Amino acid sequence: MQVDLRVLRYDPERDSKPYWAEYLVESGPMERVLDLLHRVKWEQDGTLTFRRSCAHGVCGSDAMLINGRNRLACKIRVDQLGRRISVAPLPGLPVVKDLVVDMEDFFAKYRSVRPYLVNEAPLPARERLQSPQARARYDDTTKCILCAACTTSCPSFWAQKSYVGPAAIVNAHRFVFDSRDEAAQERLEILADKDGVWRCRTVFNCTDACPRGINITQAILEVSAAIVERRI
Amino acid sequence: MMVSRGATRSPVIHEFEAVIVGAGGAGLWAALELARAGVRTAVLTKLYPTRSHTGAAQGGVCAALGNLEEDHWEWHMFDTVKGGDYLVDQDGAEVLAQEAIERVIELEQMGLPFNRTPDGRIDQRRFGGHTRNFGEGPVRRSCFAADRTGHMILQTLYQQCIKHEVTFFDEYHVVDLLVDDGLTGGVVAYRIADGELHVFRAAAVLLATGGNGRMFRVTSNAHTLTGDGMALAYRRGIPLQDMEFYQFHPTGIVGLGILLSEAARGEGGYLLNDQGERFMERYAPRLMELAPRDLVSRAIYMETRAGRGIGGQDFVYLDVRHLGREVIEAKLPDITDFARIYQGVEPLTQPVPIQPTAHYAMGGVPTDIEARVVVDDRGTVLPGLHAAGEAACVSVHGANRLGTNSLVDLLVFGRRAGRSMAEYCRSAAAPELVANAHEPVRAELDALRTRGVGENPNHIRAELAAAMMDDCGVFRTGDGLRRLVPRIRELKERYERARVQDAGSIFNTDLLEAHELGYLLDCAEATVASALAREESRGAHFREDHPERDDGDWLKHTLAYRAEGGPRLAYKPVTITRFEPKPRTY
Ligand SMILES: Cc1cc2nc3c(=O)[nH]c(=O)nc-3n(C[C@H](O)[C@H](O)[C@H](O)COP(=O)(O)OP(=O)(O)OC[C@H]3O[C@@H](n4cnc5c(N)ncnc54)[C@H](O)[C@@H]3O)c2cc1C
Ligand code: FES
Repeated sequence: MQVDLRVLRYDPERDSKPYWAEYLVESGPMERVLDLLHRVKWEQDGTLTFRRSCAHGVCGSDAMLINGRNRLACKIRVDQLGRRISVAPLPGLPVVKDLVVDMEDFFAKYRSVRPYLVNEAPLPARERLQSPQARARYDDTTKCILCAACTTSCPSFWAQKSYVGPAAIVNAHRFVFDSRDEAAQERLEILADKDGVWRCRTVFNCTDACPRGINITQAILEVSAAIVERRI
Repeated sequence: MMVSRGATRSPVIHEFEAVIVGAGGAGLWAALELARAGVRTAVLTKLYPTRSHTGAAQGGVCAALGNLEEDHWEWHMFDTVKGGDYLVDQDGAEVLAQEAIERVIELEQMGLPFNRTPDGRIDQRRFGGHTRNFGEGPVRRSCFAADRTGHMILQTLYQQCIKHEVTFFDEYHVVDLLVDDGLTGGVVAYRIADGELHVFRAAAVLLATGGNGRMFRVTSNAHTLTGDGMALAYRRGIPLQDMEFYQFHPTGIVGLGILLSEAARGEGGYLLNDQGERFMERYAPRLMELAPRDLVSRAIYMETRAGRGIGGQDFVYLDVRHLGREVIEAKLPDITDFARIYQGVEPLTQPVPIQPTAHYAMGGVPTDIEARVVVDDRGTVLPGLHAAGEAACVSVHGANRLGTNSLVDLLVFGRRAGRSMAEYCRSAAAPELVANAHEPVRAELDALRTRGVGENPNHIRAELAAAMMDDCGVFRTGDGLRRLVPRIRELKERYERARVQDAGSIFNTDLLEAHELGYLLDCAEATVASALAREESRGAHFREDHPERDDGDWLKHTLAYRAEGGPRLAYKPVTITRFEPKPRTY
């Protein structure tokens, strides 16, 4: 079938402002938006620019706004979208070119929550023990691929760009609830800041946007509850 | 700031002691070692580190922890050697199997969320070719985190790099390797954000750029796996080793090549033909579905050639229905999701159509067990240059890699690379930069976007991938390979005249994809020449016109050197310490 693909384009070297470009693309129903973008780039217009790598939803390169929702282009099929498909860069981040946004601030926020295991106890000769239940406690948030679909779907982030955002909180959660970690207190203090968890308005956009199916709103609520519990 | 094209720009120069190219598992572990040793190091990566394809690894990482049943590193070593059809260098396999245990435990201590046994230890499952007591039957050796083991490894190592304040240059695409007068000098990189060239001067360089699966039409590899590090070395006169050994994984999603991990079979999944038979009975009666990948991939082709593919077509079924929802959801969540999304098949209730997919390069840049690059058959080291991970060939995988052994390779030899580089930097300094070191590659890049008219490079890439799939895949013949030689030469000539459409400086992926095609063409040239010369069948290299293994003439590694008119081949002996070559049955 033929798909009517609209892409919000902008090349700072050529364009004074963003514009919608339209392409007619042949597609099978099981093909993904990424296939369409490739077809345009490889056959029609080599200047069309987007990030991608794995092409099966695990590397987090190609989150974009597709028919009004943040998704991975490689994980959403044409038959799920219909014959008219619109693609725009993730909202709320500076556009570098076409569908490529500047991710520096996003990764800086991720780094700000100390996203690594802290445990200063002397190392045992073998692995540390962790029960399957304790392991399950933080399973959901280990799945994050840092694609930024959640953070850039959040109205609180759009309104206040200094908000650390759902993705960073998810990655803090992954350690706060890991029985092996010792730095929960520091992370919770960071997130108790004015640009931390309290900016969440439980709109659930992040949970809807997550291509890994992480229950992000739940994770944020658990982090908030831990802050209250510890009276931080 | 914007820079106009055509004007002479001088590159930005950076000075480091060590440079790592690539931020997958191999590059990140090396970076950690260098950080711990206090060596001034830059990690350059064309992707954000967490986008590296290590994150796609699913099934697990083997180590003889013996958490669920008796196991020994000697058994792991034996399986690795036999799995590699005795082309494995056994000093390397010994290091791999021994150090796997320490590295996996270290990963746990870094925070990796492994699945756990009821008593809290790292859980382990079966995997193809991994056996107890030198081949008696399958053993539980693969340590895993659901079917996201690679994701967890990549995340954990990146987290540790943040903790150790490693310096990253994200989205810097390395376009040249500087080697001068037999010494490593650094690299030239293209900053993707603005098209500026940056020269990194460093005494020690690590190539950790991953595989080259995009040589083939159907592959499990990311679009960005284009053999960059291999080609960069090849262009500097360094040979590529054992390139004819390319692994096809048995269970890829039909047409797309997306991988459904061997973990599905490790947990007990079946392979079925059109008659509903578990056809592996005919090919590997003892290990069945858990035979090594080369055997299983060939078996699938034999079945479909004999008309026993599903509906007479070129695929068979992977069936996990009998494992039950609980096992599938706890241990194979992602791959069942892939089947749903990309095939529209529900693995809980339907068998999944699969066919072999191009997966892993056993060959690559030759190194010793300290990850130092060696340039000939006598073990001569190129001072300062290192390689690790899929881009390298130690060789611990020989003619066929066992499942989970690549991740082990990254951990063990990524770490060894870091240590060896730190050691080297203690006494060596980078040579002075040659004036205008960046000029040749600038000219190359400029030509791709400024020459008058030229062919669309994407057509060349598609033709290359199709031709390699047809004549250099699971089954090969002398005739097919002889056809490929002039075909690839022709594609290379056309590449010299290709031109991209995007002439801009900012985020020009059109240009970089074309440049990557140049890397792929070099890898393909070396692969085909090596495959044509090797007139035997061993591991993943199967010649229908020479179907037997021939230890008399061919128990040796291939070295392919770049030369005018096509690669020049040389050979080097295999290191055999404990296990004499034997016929390989499962
Ligand atoms: C789908 C899939 C599943 C797998 N499952 C398993 C498994 O269960 N167990 C197992 O052992 N193995 C598995 N493998 C194999 C294993 O994952 C890979 O061989 C391994 O991860 C490669 O790691 P690496 O560090 O060498 O490279 P990669 O992780 O591929 O990283 C390459 C890095 O190099 C960088 N790079 C490349 N070129 C350039 C350049 N020109 N300039 C700058 N940077 C560059 C990239 O940005 C990236 O950071 C699997 C492979 C695939 C494809
Ligand atoms: S390309 Fe990797 S997530 Fe889509």
